[in-house]
Amino acid sequence: MATFTLPKNSVIKKEGRVHKAPAGAKRVKAFKIYRYDPDSGENPRYDRFELDLDDCGPMVLDALIKLKAEADPSLTFRRSCREGICGSCSMNIDGTNTLACTKAIEDVKGEVKITPLPHMDVIKDLVPDFTHFYAQYASIKPWLQTVTPPPSGKERLQSPEDRAKLDGLYECILCACCSTSCPSYWWNSDKFLGPAILLQAYRWLADSRDEMTGERLDSLEDPFRLYRCHTIMNCANTCPKGLNPAKAIAETKKMVAERIV
Amino acid sequence: MGSGSSIGRVRGLGSAKEGAHHWWNQRLTAGSNLLLTLWFLVSVALLPAYDWATVSAWLGSAWAAVPLALMLLSVLYHARLGLQVVIEDYAHAETRVVLMVLMHFFIVGAGAVALFSILKLAFTAGAIVP
Repeated sequence: MATFTLPKNSVIKKEGRVHKAPAGAKRVKAFKIYRYDPDSGENPRYDRFELDLDDCGPMVLDALIKLKAEADPSLTFRRSCREGICGSCSMNIDGTNTLACTKAIEDVKGEVKITPLPHMDVIKDLVPDFTHFYAQYASIKPWLQTVTPPPSGKERLQSPEDRAKLDGLYECILCACCSTSCPSYWWNSDKFLGPAILLQAYRWLADSRDEMTGERLDSLEDPFRLYRCHTIMNCANTCPKGLNPAKAIAETKKMVAERIV
Repeated sequence: MGSGSSIGRVRGLGSAKEGAHHWWNQRLTAGSNLLLTLWFLVSVALLPAYDWATVSAWLGSAWAAVPLALMLLSVLYHARLGLQVVIEDYAHAETRVVLMVLMHFFIVGAGAVALFSILKLAFTAGAIVP
């Protein structure tokens, strides 16, 4: 059955470390951050960090970078572009999967609780293991596939109308906020591809230049790969880029149905 | 079966290449459930009385017995499709197979009893006195 309790070594310990704000701080904000170090052999814990908002950038990522630099250099998280385009700093902030770089600290009331993306193996602190997620992405062959050879010396043309069909799809940055917010992905991620990968799969189904639509649908039509989606829309709710994976999945189901009805 | 690499595990045994009929039939039976259940509720509400003679005479007509049988088949088939989804969602490995078999036995059994009951009433309308 689906497992609803944490394994023994993943249960979060009550007592964590406390890092106080510097003396004289006027606008103190507290952060409760999930910590896990596989080398220590200890269970995960929540550490409490305080910082002075007058001496910190506006986003949650600014706070994390500051805390790592000044309070605890062992605090581990991924980040790169700091402007919502690389998808590295996806994590659960205040109960919602989102990007730390585009989440404003002031949008969180009270203590800012930060945990890794839900239901993923944790490598360290806020860094989840994406190996399986990336393998699922590779499995949908996310590149243009054709049977006709490329026109000699020219690119494959696409009308502005056909190009517009990729809007709302190409923007996905594979941060996995949606997939890790999806209960179907929690219980059956071994086979269910999850919203992010299915949105990416539809991005190629919707591309007027791609000629492998039938083969792509063949590979998707499966009770687990595609049909674990029950359209509860957590994906669309949480997507930090405002995309709608549930709609892409629904369109894919319609394409599959069109072959039999 | 390539279980030694992450991509091998994802590709696994490949696609089952089914699911489209399940998806379509679930929507089809949702529609027929709606129509037939509405017909059933309205028909029962319009019956002049609810004694044995009235109801068994009503079911003696093909216009009542056939849609009632269709409603039960449609509802049970829809339930089968829905329960399959619940089992696939939450049960894994052997539990999944066992629950799936039990669920099918239950649906087919319930359907057989329901059909027999309707047919018995339909074909013996007015003949049986309880």
